[in-house]
Order: sequence, then C-alpha cells, then structure tokens
Amino acid sequence: MAMTDNQATFDHDDESVVVIIGSGAGGGTLANELAQQGIDVVVLEAGAIHTRGDFVADEWAAFSQLSWLDGRTTSGSFRLARDFPNLPAWIVKSVGGTTVHWAGASLRIQPHEFEALSHYGEVADANLQDWPLSYDDLAPYYDNAEKRMGVTRTHGNKGLPGNNNFKVMYAGAQKLGYSCNTGHMAINTVSGNGRAACQQRGFCFQGCSTGAKWSTLYTELPAAIETGHMELRPESQVARIEHDDSGKVTAVVYFDADGNEQRQQARIVAVAGNSIETPRLLLNSESAMFPDGLANGSGQVGRNYMRHMTGSVYATFDEPVHMYRGTTMAGIIADESGHDPARGFVGGYEMETLSLGLPFMAAFLDPGAWGHKFTNALDQYDHMAGMWLVGEDMPRETNRITLSETKDSHGLPVANVHYDDHPNDVAMREHAYRQGSNLYKAVGAHDVYEVPPYPSTHNLGTCRMSEKAEEGVCNSYGQSHEIPNLFISDGSQFTTSAAENPTLTIVSLAIRQAEHIGELMKEGTV
Amino acid sequence: MLSTTLSRRVFLKSSGGVIVGTLAFATGPIALIAPTRSWAMSLDTLDSHQGEMLLAVARQIFPHSDLEDAVYAYVVKDLDRMASEDDAVHALLSDGVASLDDQADGDWLALDDDARMAVLEPMAESDFFEQIRANAVVSLYDNDLAFAHFGYQGEEGDAGYLRNGFNDLTWLPDPPQPEGGYLPGEDT
Repeated sequence: MAMTDNQATFDHDDESVVVIIGSGAGGGTLANELAQQGIDVVVLEAGAIHTRGDFVADEWAAFSQLSWLDGRTTSGSFRLARDFPNLPAWIVKSVGGTTVHWAGASLRIQPHEFEALSHYGEVADANLQDWPLSYDDLAPYYDNAEKRMGVTRTHGNKGLPGNNNFKVMYAGAQKLGYSCNTGHMAINTVSGNGRAACQQRGFCFQGCSTGAKWSTLYTELPAAIETGHMELRPESQVARIEHDDSGKVTAVVYFDADGNEQRQQARIVAVAGNSIETPRLLLNSESAMFPDGLANGSGQVGRNYMRHMTGSVYATFDEPVHMYRGTTMAGIIADESGHDPARGFVGGYEMETLSLGLPFMAAFLDPGAWGHKFTNALDQYDHMAGMWLVGEDMPRETNRITLSETKDSHGLPVANVHYDDHPNDVAMREHAYRQGSNLYKAVGAHDVYEVPPYPSTHNLGTCRMSEKAEEGVCNSYGQSHEIPNLFISDGSQFTTSAAENPTLTIVSLAIRQAEHIGELMKEGTV
Repeated sequence: MLSTTLSRRVFLKSSGGVIVGTLAFATGPIALIAPTRSWAMSLDTLDSHQGEMLLAVARQIFPHSDLEDAVYAYVVKDLDRMASEDDAVHALLSDGVASLDDQADGDWLALDDDARMAVLEPMAESDFFEQIRANAVVSLYDNDLAFAHFGYQGEEGDAGYLRNGFNDLTWLPDPPQPEGGYLPGEDT
C-alpha cells in the first residue's frame, strides 16, 4: 500500500489550501507542522515515491533511482563546471527530497555565524550580511528539531558507536590536539521515535532502508498524512506560480505524472525546491507585474548561491581500514570551525568522516584522471580512511542561479549554476587540506589524496533572508518581502552558509515558519 | 556477388566477436568466486580483435598489475553495449582501434607495454580515448569481481556491519567513551 492511498484529497480549485513545493527537509517539515495545526496542505513533489523497501545497496543504481538528473548547466571557475558540467548538485528527486540521501550530520549554526558581517567585517567581493534572526531566536526550534530527529549527543541521546574510519580520525585528532567524537547525527543509536537502530550498513547516501536515519519520507510526511490535513502529490513538476492583480499569489501550475498541466489554487504558497530549483521557479514565474520574476524586486533572487567550501582527504595505511563499513559521517572534529582570521581566512570549517564505495571512489577521487597515480590509490582502497571538509563559503552576488538557454522536457528553461571560488574559499580549502593531511600523516599514512569537491549537496542562499527588503528576498520567517503569501522554506533562505551541514537549520526554520504562518492565518493577514 | 557481400556484411554487423581468457592468478579473491579459470565474454557488435584491443587499451588507461583481464572485460562489454546502441560510438571505437594498429605496423597488440603507451598517450585528448576512459572508470569498478579484488563488500553491507566488522580495526587504540559512542545495548 502506498503512503498516499488513504490520504485526504483537495480540489484543484480549493483556494483555502497551503501549497508546498517540495517534500524534503524544509517542505516536508513545514507540511507536517501546518497539518498538525489543522491547516490543509497540498505538497507537490517532483519526484516519485521510493520507500525504504525500494532502496538498493548499490551506489550507481541508487544514484539513478534517487538523484535529480534533469538537465542543468554550469559556468564559472569552480572545478565542478569542468568535471560535472551537467551535474552541479548531487541532490534528490524523490519523495522526501534530499533527506533520503543526506548523511545525517545535524549541527547548529554557531551564534557568531548568524552575525557574519558584524563578526568578520567587510570582505572584498563578498556580500556578507547578518541574518535577520539570532541564534537565541532559533535556539528553541533547534531543540524541537533535535528531539524529533533524535540527534545523537543531544537531549540524552547516546552517541553512535564509532566505526573503523572513525578510529583513524580519532587517533589522528589525538596527535594534533583536536577533540573528536562520533558527532551529532540524526541517526538512531537505539530504536526510538518510531525508527530502528542503526545497523551500520554504510549506505546512508543510498537511502536508509532501516529508517534509523531521519528522513521526512517516513517521519514528517506520513505523520502529516495521518492528520487528514495533507495531500501529497508525487511526480508533480511545478512550472510556475500565478498571482492576481493585487500581487498576491493565487495558484501553482504543474505537470502531473502523465505530463498533463494542472493548476492548484492556493491561499499561501511555500517554495522548498532546494536552492537551485526554488529561484529557477521564481524566475520562471515572471509576469507583466513581476518582469524579473516573483519576489525579485531586490534583484536578489538566484544570487548569493553558496555550496560550502568543500573537499575531501583520503589516506592509505599499512593495515586495513574498510572505511565503507558503518555510518558514513559519524565522526567530527569541530576545532577549526571557529573564526580565527590568523589562519588567513574568515569563518571556519568542520572535518567529518566520509567514505565512498569503490564505484564512487573511482568516479570522484580525481575526475578525468587516469594512469598509475590514480590506480595506485584504488589498489589501496580497503586500506583507506577518509574525511570530508565542509566550511563557510562567501556569498557573492555574481555566484548565482539564472535561467539557461537549455530547456527541460516541458519547454521550461533549466537552471544555470554559476560559481567562482572566492579567495577566502580557496585559502580555507588549502588550510583544511593541510590539516586533514597532517592528521592522517600523524597516524602513519602512506599516501594522502586531496580530493576536489563533489557535486554540491549543500545548496544555499539564493533567496536569502534579510532585514531590509532591498537586500534580500524574504524576512526571518521566510516570508517574501514583496509578496506576503509567498514563502521560502528551504536552504535558499540562508543569509550566509555558516560552516555546518544545513539540514538541522532548515528543519528548525521550517518549524518556526509554520508557527508564524499559523498565526498569520489566524489573524487573517495572509 | 552483391547479395553475398550484403549478407556477409549483415552477418558481421549482427554477430559480434568474443573475448576469451584464463585467470592469471589461481588463488586470490577472484579465483575464489569465479566458477572456472577460463572465461569468455561474447560481444554483440564489436569483433573479437576490437574487443581484445579495447581490453588492452583499458588496461593501459587504468593499469592494475594484478587485476585479471576478466575484470577489464566488463569495460569491453560496456563499450560493446554503447556501440550497439549508437552507430557513432561504434565508428569511433572502430576507427580508434584501426588507428592504433596503423601506428604500430598493423599490430598494436604485438607491442610491449611501454610501446603501446607510446602510441596511445598522444591520443589522450581524443574522443576515442575519452570514450573508453569515461566508460571504464564506471564499469571497471562497478562489478562483483572488482569488489572482490579491491576489498569492497558491496551489497553484503545491506544486512549491516553492526555485528560484522564495522569497528574491527585493531591496529589503533579504541577511542574512549563517550567520544567513541555506544553500541545499541551498551549503557552509558
């Protein structure tokens, strides 16, 4: 039985519903939070339903099953534009969105990171701002999110047991004087919250078949359906959002699974299509009244695209490691995540365990490479340990999502992703590579490989929240400055990227947004 | 004559070649899971010589000295599939193989390793080379024989390593608690 079999249904001309576009961390959480208040919600999700029983322990097969593979184009000096010109992001097109694929790392943004401009000062060629909300504003929602997601090492949840890859990281951390533990993970060490305990499969990225890892697919979405106030429509590719003469949005036009155009009326529209599709949709919704796209009076829609400073370090050892066994990212060093300009850059980065299976190691170790240096690395695959480096990248107006000349199967322009590394990003990456390399060398590494960024899993900032309407797209509740009943509900809202994996913050913002929307609806102001 | 030529051409087009080999290593992970020491892989579109050539080219691009030809054969199989689906790929591969032979007095396979590379390397920017590299970087490392050889357990992980080696590394000290976390049944 499909999860949608007994759900509530709403008429296409029902003007009272909240339409949410996307069912991932932002959209799925918002849907449940609204439905729990008794608010009727229609969720339009571009992807199909793949349940836990459908997931496969096979990297390429899972990639084909879950990834957003519709066309995108790239430009800019970042290496991804050369390595993967049509795959700038590695995110999911499936019910549950990228919460199906995410590794589970659930870190709070640090207080000073909410005040990036005040704390770091002006940075040349960067568009830094302070967030229009503080850490203290968000703290109670972080608590709520951590509890529902079952984040380890918070609220009494035990830390996950460290795997082999963690043991290597831990030993290196000791040598360098770093502190290290198995992280704050939205993965159950023991069963709870209706989810099983982690069995250490090592296929976090391929969908968690036991449900130990939090995903909206089997938490928020079924809970929302259970209320009788939410209808989930999978395989619904949204084309544009319509508005009336007063400038309020009124309906969402989408293509259903059969490719037929449908129109769903709406009282409120919340966009949570991730930081590439969300601005694409707003730009594709241009009209005579909004010639530059919806909510784009400031010209900021699509700008300030951030993808985090990322990179990986893999190292080989005399003795076996088998890093692929067990939870992919349950290991963290946060010592470099503070702001210490003496290192030659502003902001900071996290070091987190990471492993890839053999197929993806071959694909991502050094894209385009061949010959003995490449094969020598893979010859040592089972003696290899690895970490991911993830840090704050600089928002830049010129790093942006625009509409491409290329059209999708419905004739709509696809997104072009333009990104140039900022000198701060480059300096941070070099520092992070060096520290990661030193860590493994301190444990006796043979060979160390500094691996370039993968297609982006953290896509942020393209509809940033701002205090002033002219400096961003939405306010601290994700409500667009220009259109009061249009909300941004995903990582697009981020004013700056901070160093941390973004999902916990996206969920926390969605909970806060839902509370606010409920109040606005009661007041009758939207 | 015309009809004979045509039918011969059709025959050649519709029935590909075969590549055969014998496992080089009688012991080791691949020998353990291979049913027999000799192996054969049939091709739909490429002929036997093209198959042997492409296998050898894949070995030059991704040289693993002790990796069986039987694993490289997966690359040939994948290229054969592409050639079957796309005439342009078939032509690209056929022309590339012919070009290698032409530059080696008609028999590139007769050259030793270094001489093969000397002919191949100047072609590294060519579509022919890139077609093989791009296919091989996927197909060479995405099969059970490769998993066995390189020490990746693939789908075995589906059942979970919780009781099967996720933390069996013994050459480093075990991290203390609470940093190292807790097994499901373990008390804090």
